[in-house]
Amino acid sequence: MVQGGCFGEEKMKTLFNYLIFPGFLFSAMIGLLAGWLDRKVTARIQWRVGPPWYQNFTDIIKLSGKETVVPQGARITFLLSPYLGLLGLVLGATILGQTVFFSGQGFTGDLIVVVYLMAIPAIAVMTGASSSANPLASVGASREMKLLLGYELPFILAIITVIVKSNGAIRLGEIINHQAAYGSSVFSLSGAIAFIVALLCVQAKLGFAPFDIAECEQEIMGGTLIEYSGLPLAVFKLTKAVLLSTTLLFLIILFLGKDLSPAFLILKFIMILVIAILIKNTNPRLRIDQALRFFWGPLTILGLVGLVLATRGL
Amino acid sequence: MSHKVVVPIGPYHPLQEEPEFFRLYVEGEKVVDIDIIIGYNHRGIEKLSEAKHFDQVAFLVERICGICSSSHPYAYVLAVEDILGGEAKVVPERALYIRTIIDEMQRIHSHLLWLGLAGHFIGYNTVWMWAWKYREPVLDMFEMITGNRNNYAMFKVGGIRRDIKEEDMPVLRKALDELVPAIDMFYGAVMDDPVIQARLKGVGVLTRQQAIDWCVLGPTARASGLNIDIRKDEPYGACDRLDWKLIVEKDGDIFAKTKVRILELYECVRMIRQCLDKMPKGSIDADIQDVPAGEGIGRVEAPRGECLHYVKTDGTNRPIRHKIRAPSFMNVASDKVSAVGGTISDATITLAAVDPCYCCTERVVVLDRKDSHKVMNGWDLIKLSQEKTDKIKEGLKNAAAK
Repeated sequence: MVQGGCFGEEKMKTLFNYLIFPGFLFSAMIGLLAGWLDRKVTARIQWRVGPPWYQNFTDIIKLSGKETVVPQGARITFLLSPYLGLLGLVLGATILGQTVFFSGQGFTGDLIVVVYLMAIPAIAVMTGASSSANPLASVGASREMKLLLGYELPFILAIITVIVKSNGAIRLGEIINHQAAYGSSVFSLSGAIAFIVALLCVQAKLGFAPFDIAECEQEIMGGTLIEYSGLPLAVFKLTKAVLLSTTLLFLIILFLGKDLSPAFLILKFIMILVIAILIKNTNPRLRIDQALRFFWGPLTILGLVGLVLATRGL
Repeated sequence: MSHKVVVPIGPYHPLQEEPEFFRLYVEGEKVVDIDIIIGYNHRGIEKLSEAKHFDQVAFLVERICGICSSSHPYAYVLAVEDILGGEAKVVPERALYIRTIIDEMQRIHSHLLWLGLAGHFIGYNTVWMWAWKYREPVLDMFEMITGNRNNYAMFKVGGIRRDIKEEDMPVLRKALDELVPAIDMFYGAVMDDPVIQARLKGVGVLTRQQAIDWCVLGPTARASGLNIDIRKDEPYGACDRLDWKLIVEKDGDIFAKTKVRILELYECVRMIRQCLDKMPKGSIDADIQDVPAGEGIGRVEAPRGECLHYVKTDGTNRPIRHKIRAPSFMNVASDKVSAVGGTISDATITLAAVDPCYCCTERVVVLDRKDSHKVMNGWDLIKLSQEKTDKIKEGLKNAAAK
């Protein structure tokens, strides 16, 4: 640690946590590697070879060196949104990472804060897209908004189920401790139901098929991202990567929090990732109205059932 | 909400690889109107064909389209043979069977290609890659028979150019046997997948009456309950000597179109197998020397529908008029009824469901519009091109002077 200067050691440490480990750099690296695994597994499923492991890193580096084109009529939020989304999300990643890697840290209610912070990228995508003055981007933004409204409800129901199961704890550390004592919450009826619900919501959060509706290239040519290029696009891609690692870590903490030693953590991470990739590759894209109906209908009912079961102690 | 926004699909769009322009007028997600603009790719094939002799034209029309690259030469040679007295009278027996084999193999690879693209358009890239993987052996079969994966150069007036060798037969049969389980798999995947059904059923419906009104052809018409197929209505090649079923579905939606195409794959395999069994030995070329003056029409059921060629001759060695109508010309227009009323998501797959092929379809259509648009006739176009040539010449002269 650097001594002196305008930062004290405590502040320096916070900054280190936010920027390097377990914040931005670490979660982005993990996310990019997970993104490579996604591309590789997808490629193998589709009888293709797939890219080398460093492909996502070179993509980001290449993109950040490219020209940034700002469309005529775009507002200032067009360039601000990617950075705001990344900053907010990295904060969430830091809180989650600290809970897992430095046990004992965290504060009451950090679960709720993380849930909010994980919604920020979607909001950033919407504000960025709707200020880009492109009709396709605005269609994408409206789809993203509907999708957000759709999946947040069952997602929160699944989270409440876990909260109920750990006797009303809203601190991530407590949820982990409770699972360490009583076993992972996924190994109970209500926990399993909530896990399925949360997994499908995460699928939509990550923009994976069948919920890659907002960015769908065949219909609206990339939708929300259509006008982005250069560094802002790279930042959006990085945000996607951080979101991938963060949401999966979040799922692990909530549902598979019994043993969080590095080896098991990696195993669980890859397991959930592969499930998500398989869902992605065995489904066509839903229409936005079908997706909304799916989230507010069957999935919300399933989430409610899980919640009721959890209150019964199942 | 009555705020109309134009969502452009084209002229360059990741949806379809060819230049085409669909102007979707949308309110929110709903498509309320659609403008179909084609004509970005005109190549003047019909005119070119008047400058080539009968054997060369077959190679020329083969290049109209890379996917139905046997339908066009087939329809053309049928048109010329129509002048000579009809295909059955002119062409040797063995050539008829080989023509049908090539035609049906082309249908298999075209339908598999469409299936993959349809999967891609609804975001199911796994189906895309798998369909194209199983299309590869078909292209290998083509390469074995004709030497080419595409643009087979098989058709000539009075016969075909290459024979199928006896030692190739078992390889062909084996490849066909291996294709059937793959078709089974696709059929099962489409029939059983609830998400595919949610995306395709009741979407982009073209009713029977609309199908008649808009004169649609091929699988698009057969999915709407019309039992039209040139292979049945006006048999060519060996089609009438084989036992095969016409696949007709009633619903008219994209699911029906998919089903028709997949089921047709089975029929194609059946037809090719029968051809391989029944094929007689003998000559493959009638060695036509002269084509008398006259008019002839050739109709072939291309994978997308009826492909029509009209040839007029005056006793010389080249056609004096060659008119082509590709099936997409009729099918693409029907998007006007099937895509309007759905959402943008539905529109993309609806536009693709007719299996459009724009390079087949392109032509100059001069519209007499009652606004400031200038109407140009052939001479105007020639004058334009001459002016351009003059400009280029002048530029070259200036460059040389410097």
